[in-house]
Amino acid sequence: MKLRQAMPLLFLVAHTAIAHADDQSQIAKGEYLARAGDCIACHTNPGDPLFSGGLPMPTPFGTLFSTNITPDPDTGIGTWNADQFYGALHTGRFPDGGLMYPAMPYGSYTKVTRADSDAMFAYLRSVPPVHRQNKSDELRFPYDNRELILGWRTLFFSQGEYQPDPGKSAEWNRGAYLVEGLGHCGMCHTPINALGGNDASQAFQGGLIPMQNWYAPSLTSNKEAGLGEWSIDEIVDLLRTGVSRRGAVYGPMAEVVYDSLQYLNDADVRAMAVYLKSLGQGQPPGAQVSNIPVPESSLLLSFGQTVYQAHCAACHQSDGRGMPPQYPPLAANPSIQMQSAVNPIRMVLNGGLPPGTQGNPQPFGMPPFAQILSDDEVAAVVTYIRAAWGNHGAPVSSIEANALRSAPLD
Amino acid sequence: MRRLTGIIAVLGLILASRTAPAQTADHPPDTMAARTLACAACHGPEGQGTDNDYFPRLAGKPAGYLFNQLLAFKQGRRRYPPMNYLLQFQSDEYLHALAAYFSALRPPPAPPAPPTVSDAVLARGRTLVSQGDPAHGVPPCSGCHGPKLTGMEPAIPGLVGLHASYISAQLGAFRYGTRTAAAPDCMQIVAASLTEGDVTAVAAWLASLPVPPDPSPVPKGTLTMPLACGSEPK
Repeated sequence: MKLRQAMPLLFLVAHTAIAHADDQSQIAKGEYLARAGDCIACHTNPGDPLFSGGLPMPTPFGTLFSTNITPDPDTGIGTWNADQFYGALHTGRFPDGGLMYPAMPYGSYTKVTRADSDAMFAYLRSVPPVHRQNKSDELRFPYDNRELILGWRTLFFSQGEYQPDPGKSAEWNRGAYLVEGLGHCGMCHTPINALGGNDASQAFQGGLIPMQNWYAPSLTSNKEAGLGEWSIDEIVDLLRTGVSRRGAVYGPMAEVVYDSLQYLNDADVRAMAVYLKSLGQGQPPGAQVSNIPVPESSLLLSFGQTVYQAHCAACHQSDGRGMPPQYPPLAANPSIQMQSAVNPIRMVLNGGLPPGTQGNPQPFGMPPFAQILSDDEVAAVVTYIRAAWGNHGAPVSSIEANALRSAPLD
Repeated sequence: MRRLTGIIAVLGLILASRTAPAQTADHPPDTMAARTLACAACHGPEGQGTDNDYFPRLAGKPAGYLFNQLLAFKQGRRRYPPMNYLLQFQSDEYLHALAAYFSALRPPPAPPAPPTVSDAVLARGRTLVSQGDPAHGVPPCSGCHGPKLTGMEPAIPGLVGLHASYISAQLGAFRYGTRTAAAPDCMQIVAASLTEGDVTAVAAWLASLPVPPDPSPVPKGTLTMPLACGSEPK
């Protein structure tokens, strides 16, 4: 008799345990996907509680503040359901139908599957709720009118989950799903026009990131960061550890590796590498446009070599080979030869450390030179590294170097 | 027999590692000194500081203090864009390693620069540093930073071996909130109680003091602090 009563109870306990394990695995899956989507980069202010929002995001149209996405019912998304969360990712609308500013990358997140959205929602339900009111955005007239977003959406937003390309491998499709969807790589690597939109016809062709003054290189041109000539292992190293034998990540990409890519599993990073490599198109390096007269650029070159030998050669070596992966090579490094010289100038001025990652926990750093070198010296040394050892970059003027001294560092 | 083979194998390994070249031309040495070249340009190759007024000595400061500063730069609680930028994407473990590295260095100190203020200002500075200004709620610096002003473990920094401009800039930063510490932020309270003249005097006197032969901070708990500080756990 007692046994008969106990049986259903046992079953119930077992059933709850399985349901609990399911929940846990759904939450773990969601946490992983939230890493892939790099939610933390915008929705967490450094030093503040996870996902409590409030990070100021300067845009050409004014400052936006990221929102609280903890499960707090009053100030977070505690009253949302899974349908509404999917609606936010997929359609860029709040549960009440209100329009989100496209700083939230729903142009990319719309490609996320319902199953992945549900897992991320389960994870966000599991983090500690934080009671913290969202800050009002500080957008200038007329951009403070959310109705304008309708126009932006008509031009730049196309809704729909990722559709696999049956002509490509499962690995390629997984990579495309991560790069185009959760990874929202196009937010920086597709040029942004005056209306703050990414044009699909220019996908991954590179562009200057507004406000930050870093240049996000083209992922399609091998003259920039097109990865067509890299091995899959080199791309995987760069994405997961932040350094590789070809070069290191810096600027905003260091944040992406630190917050997101270092946490992805080998299969997923490999899939992204396969997809990215397929985007790279071999193009012979053409002559670059320069408005610096030839005599001046030869002076810059010889002066630049002197500066290089004094300050750079100890690590990057006289022949520009560097000591990869710790000290990146400069010879044949497309990152310093792009038409835009913004990145190499900023690296000289600001220095930098690759992100500290599980694969490279104690990175080697490059000192800033802004306080040591004059504008002329910066222009000369950048001109030199862009042209020495068979590199093909155009010369750089001291005016360009000076302008980037005031570029924001955060 | 198996054990003997094991020992021979281990010995072989040790010999192999000892005969391996320490550094090939293609790799930087696997040391903290090589990793911290990014710091050396402003803080000196051994963290001893440079003659630039605004870049402080790091060597010999308590590791807990250095870690707190590295973390505050990383999180933006201490605002200085070049440092905020360099540390943004480093792990706390690495920041601990950097702090421990600079804390253990003992480079020969540079002699102090001759003071550029009057003797009266220096005397005022000396009084504030050693006795404070009780009438205005200012405790003496030595009450927390130690009788030789070399700091206290784990997190109170030494004040010697710094430039006057750096010290006065930090007192200003505490006062105006661009440099903050864990609550209660004792230095915010102290800096807010100082007049502009006091800041000049304290900075000039501290900068005129030579670094003692042993710049090590005094052990934790040596001093009974006159006010509570969030950075220095009791």
